[in-house]
Amino acid sequence: MTFSLDLFSNAIVSGILLGGFYCAIAVGITIVFGMLDIVNIAHPAFIMTGGFIAYFANTQFGIDPLAACAIAMIPAYYVGRLLYRFYNVAFEKRGEESLQGLAFFFGLLFIIEVALLLIFGVDYRFVEASYIGPTIEVGFISIPWRLLIPLVVGLGLVLVIMAFLSRTFIGKAILAVSQDPLALRLVGGSPVKVKEVAFGLSIATAILAGALLIIIQPIEPSFGRDFIGRVFCITVLGGMTSLPGTIVASMILGVSESLTSTFLGPSWSPAIAFGLLLITLAVRPVGIFGR
Amino acid sequence: MSNAPVLTSRGLTKRFGGFVALKEIDFALAGGERVGLIGPNGSGKSTFVNCLTGALQPEEGEVTFKGVDITRMAAWQRARLGLARSFQIPRPFRGLTVRENIEVPLAFVSGLSSQAELEAKADETLERVGLLAKSASSPKNLSQVELRKLELGRALAAQPEVLIADEAMAGLSDSEVDEILELLMQLNAKGIGIILIEHIMRAVMRFSQRVVVIVAGSKIADGDPQDVMQHPEVVRAYLGQ
Amino acid sequence: MTSPSITASGAKARASSLGFPLILLICVVGSAVLYFALSQLDSSYAFLAAYTVLQFVALATAWNILGGYAGYVNFGVAAFFATGVYTSVIVYKTVQWPLLVTIPIAAVAAGLLGLGMGYLTLRLRGVFFSIATLALAVVLNTIVVNWSFVGGSRGVYVMRPQEIILFSSYERYLFVVMLVLAIGSVLIARAIENSWLGRGLAALKDDEMAAECAGVPSLRMKLIATTISGALLGAAGAPFPFFVTYVDPPTAFSLSIAVNAIAMPLIGGTATWLGPVIGALLLGTFQQIATVTISSALNLLIVGVVLVVFITVAPNGIIGFVKDLREKRR
Repeated sequence: MTFSLDLFSNAIVSGILLGGFYCAIAVGITIVFGMLDIVNIAHPAFIMTGGFIAYFANTQFGIDPLAACAIAMIPAYYVGRLLYRFYNVAFEKRGEESLQGLAFFFGLLFIIEVALLLIFGVDYRFVEASYIGPTIEVGFISIPWRLLIPLVVGLGLVLVIMAFLSRTFIGKAILAVSQDPLALRLVGGSPVKVKEVAFGLSIATAILAGALLIIIQPIEPSFGRDFIGRVFCITVLGGMTSLPGTIVASMILGVSESLTSTFLGPSWSPAIAFGLLLITLAVRPVGIFGR
Repeated sequence: MSNAPVLTSRGLTKRFGGFVALKEIDFALAGGERVGLIGPNGSGKSTFVNCLTGALQPEEGEVTFKGVDITRMAAWQRARLGLARSFQIPRPFRGLTVRENIEVPLAFVSGLSSQAELEAKADETLERVGLLAKSASSPKNLSQVELRKLELGRALAAQPEVLIADEAMAGLSDSEVDEILELLMQLNAKGIGIILIEHIMRAVMRFSQRVVVIVAGSKIADGDPQDVMQHPEVVRAYLGQ
Repeated sequence: MTSPSITASGAKARASSLGFPLILLICVVGSAVLYFALSQLDSSYAFLAAYTVLQFVALATAWNILGGYAGYVNFGVAAFFATGVYTSVIVYKTVQWPLLVTIPIAAVAAGLLGLGMGYLTLRLRGVFFSIATLALAVVLNTIVVNWSFVGGSRGVYVMRPQEIILFSSYERYLFVVMLVLAIGSVLIARAIENSWLGRGLAALKDDEMAAECAGVPSLRMKLIATTISGALLGAAGAPFPFFVTYVDPPTAFSLSIAVNAIAMPLIGGTATWLGPVIGALLLGTFQQIATVTISSALNLLIVGVVLVVFITVAPNGIIGFVKDLREKRR
């Protein structure tokens, strides 16, 4: 494939659009893993669950995928809280989070994927909405609505969470625990409670990200695995605890994948996140925004 | 016992981000010397110990041990040279028995390989610290004072020339403090230089030939225990607490 | 000598004094009995099923060398296994050396992969190593999909040699090869457990800094464990192309391999070599029987659920559970 300016600009633009979506998939992991040290590798499975919730609501009841998942975020939040409470009692309290706890999330990832497979099968599933299909043309650059909406929602989600963390009491508590787990205990707060809320929030964001995913492309259950590398790459590259870092890292990953996909072929793009992750871990483990 | 310094630091500086935890610490421990290291909580004592033993890398300055520059050496290499430490909060290998805990430094530092020899040496060490009766139990079943003894036993098994005891008596009763103190004195009598980091002033005063005070990352006093205690800055730092 | 741990360590000392020749004899006799028992069934299916179970014994044992002994969770079992599989495919497509020569080559390739991964990530906290291995499978999968020489996404057919000396069928030969690999892996794991390496790994698993201060060169030990573990995983993958005769990325990087190799040691117990063996025999045999009656997806779901239930209820596996029961009864 020869290099051309409009191909290049289009790749950059769609990379940024993709990056906006990646903000949504990674923000939950930045909170839970980056800030609170809970290695929820099952996060992508919840993204897929969100995608299938959108699919089900859309095909059965004709509900808009985004609206469906926005509603589903509420029960998802409580499911997340329950899940963390279980994880805390079963592993954290026994000091077994590094081996058994990690294996627990791995098992969970696996169970959810196989369950989705048994329910929805291996076929590609997609949703219908008025904004899937049309494209805005600006000169030789084309901006598809199905990518623009995830960008807006993804960035919006991160901004809302940033506001939540800096403005609300519980948000400030999450930041406090991320900086020093003991600090909160000294003022009489419970880090476990704070982590529980943060985990619920994280699962809720995953569900919303699922809606964005199925708007962008048809999905099947095993897709989740491709996102493991991506979410952790973004969180590590972004400096673990930094939400602006998450946005920048998402954009870097989106643009790298888009360029690769344009000039090398889409089949190579799953490897990009891993490459970036490994380079970051080897060269600068604290990430771009890390101290 | 020679009086040449075994363990020294020069201009040792450690930063965490913008926070300066240690500021240009000069320190020397002579062979077989007993030094008390004191300072308020968060003053940088543990950071200093961590830089000496290799758990942390200082930004500036150097650490020498027996004349060798060990500033960039890994902790295990320092241990093999003869620099041992015990931890502030006991950190036994919980999956191993008490005796197996002792066998780790015996195998890795002293280089013993036959199982019989390891067990014999381990029992010898356990007897010295008074834990022989517990050799087959799990560290999970030990009391606080026994865990402290296990910490010291594990440090001893490495046959060190210098032992850094990081708050080896915190949380113990008066009689238990005496027990540990007695043990440390015995070790010192065998020629091991000891740095004692401690809050219990009675123990520090009884034990130390020399006291070093670190406050807010800087060394503010270093000398005879009685003199150091009269030092105005030390008085302020301690009474101000 | 009344304390349970004294008798336990006494038993351990006796077991290790059993001597290598005797253990080897037990293995050989056991293998012969198994071989003739399977021959009586007179179907190639029996050998194929036994092969699969033994492959899991090898994989679970290999995983446990790093995961169980050192506490570093490798999620990329499929990547190491597939490295063995595709090394074998490459040898088949180029020089066509016999399987017995291919296996060591595959082991070296996968061992080097482990060393490289370890070198990049083992300095960091264990969780980063785990995450990196999780993504490693994805990246190797991507490379294979894009590499048409080894079949790309379409896959590749492998012809078994027409005849093989000493064996009446190639299935039987493969079975014996895997039996040797599985026993070899277990013997290596057992040797590590009783060596300075096992002692050092056990110490650093509990507390890396304390281990360093006791003279344990932790990074070096972790690298050795990762390399050995990776090499054994790769070796177990080498015969696979000849077992299935058609390999494509979804089979080589199968989810079933990744999840089973982790689930089996955790279910059996990660502290000793026996745990992964018990886990693999139980879970492997169950799956061989279950695939006949239920779908493979449901089968995997059961494995996942059993894993989660076990690590929650019996975090030290079957062996730990039995030990606890015994101690309670005293």
